[in-house]
Amino acid sequence: MHKYIIRRLLMLIPVIIGVTFIVYSIMFFTPGDPALIILGENAPEEQVEKLREEMGLNDPFIIQYLRFLKNALKGDFGRSYSTRKPVFNEVFSRFPATLKLSTAGLLLAVAIGIPIGIISATRQYSLLDSITMVLALLGVSMPNFWLGLMLILLFSVRLGLLPSGGDVGFASLILPAITLGTGVAAIITRMTRSSMLEVIRQDYIRTARAKGVAERRVINKHALKNALIPVVTVIGLQFGYLLGGAVLTETVFSWPGVGRLMVEAIKQKYTPVVLASVIFMSVVFSIVNLLVDILYAFLDPRIKSQYR
Amino acid sequence: MSSSVTTEKDTNLKSQAGKKRSQWGEVWRRLKKNHMAMIGLIIMIILILLAVFANQIADYEEVAIKQNTANRLQGPSRENWLGTDNFGRDIFARIIHGGRISLMVGVVAVGIAVLIGGTLGAIAGFYGGRVDNLIMRAMDIFLAIPSILLAIAIVTALGANLFNLMLAIGISSIPGYARIVRASVLTVKDQEFIEAARAIGASDFRIITKHIIPNALAPVIVQGTLGVATAILSTAGLSFIGLGVPKPRPEWGSMLSDGRTYLWEASHITTFPGLAIVITILALNLLGDGLRDALDPRLKQ
Repeated sequence: MHKYIIRRLLMLIPVIIGVTFIVYSIMFFTPGDPALIILGENAPEEQVEKLREEMGLNDPFIIQYLRFLKNALKGDFGRSYSTRKPVFNEVFSRFPATLKLSTAGLLLAVAIGIPIGIISATRQYSLLDSITMVLALLGVSMPNFWLGLMLILLFSVRLGLLPSGGDVGFASLILPAITLGTGVAAIITRMTRSSMLEVIRQDYIRTARAKGVAERRVINKHALKNALIPVVTVIGLQFGYLLGGAVLTETVFSWPGVGRLMVEAIKQKYTPVVLASVIFMSVVFSIVNLLVDILYAFLDPRIKSQYR
Repeated sequence: MSSSVTTEKDTNLKSQAGKKRSQWGEVWRRLKKNHMAMIGLIIMIILILLAVFANQIADYEEVAIKQNTANRLQGPSRENWLGTDNFGRDIFARIIHGGRISLMVGVVAVGIAVLIGGTLGAIAGFYGGRVDNLIMRAMDIFLAIPSILLAIAIVTALGANLFNLMLAIGISSIPGYARIVRASVLTVKDQEFIEAARAIGASDFRIITKHIIPNALAPVIVQGTLGVATAILSTAGLSFIGLGVPKPRPEWGSMLSDGRTYLWEASHITTFPGLAIVITILALNLLGDGLRDALDPRLKQ
């Protein structure tokens, strides 16, 4: 098991370096001279040239990338064009808000998706099952930022019950969490249902029932353990969707997270901030996937035995 | 009794005809039986027709673009079925013209992804070994970047316009198709008919294009249909944060974003474009799920 974890941790290194390379190469093509953005459009030619030289903007691409990578490994993503504060600090200081939002969304999705998926599977083709499936389909078909706006319209504008934006205590977390969590809840519901349906058709479940084990116990004890394995993978993959979706949700709710920082940076063409945000989110996503894979190995002894 | 006899006869006749009928005819017959999928297909046909004939239904310059501030923020009425926006433009007309963009970006983006991802996946699956390893590790790296963030990075770098939008969304969904095609190539490539083709001296290129790709098509069609839905959602999302097609061209996501300011006085500006997105995505999801069942009956238990 340790071998497996170490192997997976080592695999993370080339992936993260690759991510920095891809994102850096993409952002390298951004039009607009960073020196000009810092100094302003009307700065004298020689001053701009001097800053370009200082920032190493005249070096070949690969040199610039390697320098970026070297600094990035030390947590130095350059300084913000506007505040001159280190970019990494800026991104990192916004991360708790994003993490709070994503976690709340995910918890909500799991709390709704898994029980409803199980109930739906145990009563396949019932009215409840049909309603669940229709709602789940709607859930995956809705753009989350639109859902967010509709929730604001209902709960903030019309009813005046909940705040429409900002991070001001628990009440302000409710709408963004529902917005972000709904799509994921729908996916988890569908996955739990289909996985459960597959498991309860298997022979060992029939055996358990034939032995006279109570139906409740058959579902909770025997079926659930196996049915949840694929669900865990889906939950891990959805975390990336949550981080991506957070960009839009944070924009709708003026939530002070990494996503909103990124959108503001795009509008002002602060490339280093966009670069650092994308890389940061990707690294978080990779680490979460790694954790899920390890958890998966714990849940499913068949995988564990391969890496002993 | 008589009815059951006829059905039996029918099935006999059908199964006889089925032998002559192509594989795709069989898929279509199965798809037709799936009501939800047919609803999805019909909605999609209507949406495509609306997009194709958008100019005939509502003139682009006069109705969808031209500002008419005297008529701003009007609710739904006989003249403006879905009301007007903050510039007095007809929302129905803008939704239809916006649909053109959404559908086009969706289809072209998926086309780019299928073409590049499919080729990479086919090469990886067919040749295996180091080539496979190299391509798939590169895909793993791409997959580590949440796709909407990758699309955001690409549009930020290249500039926000229609072409870059398609390119960005297309590129960010390449790895998914590479994986799918690779997987289906792997299942096909060791079968006997491939061996037979090789025995009669067919080239690699011919084997891939004539034998392997047609057999790997089913999962790509399903993924592609669902992929168009994802691409449309991404397009709307990118437009929502200002990375879509330049204004005043109507786009669903940017219409939503414009409507935010008027949630209190004129919520219909935000409601209707969102409903357009929901209906489109719903239809594509229904169709995609139906296609999956029709193309691979083994999956349906």
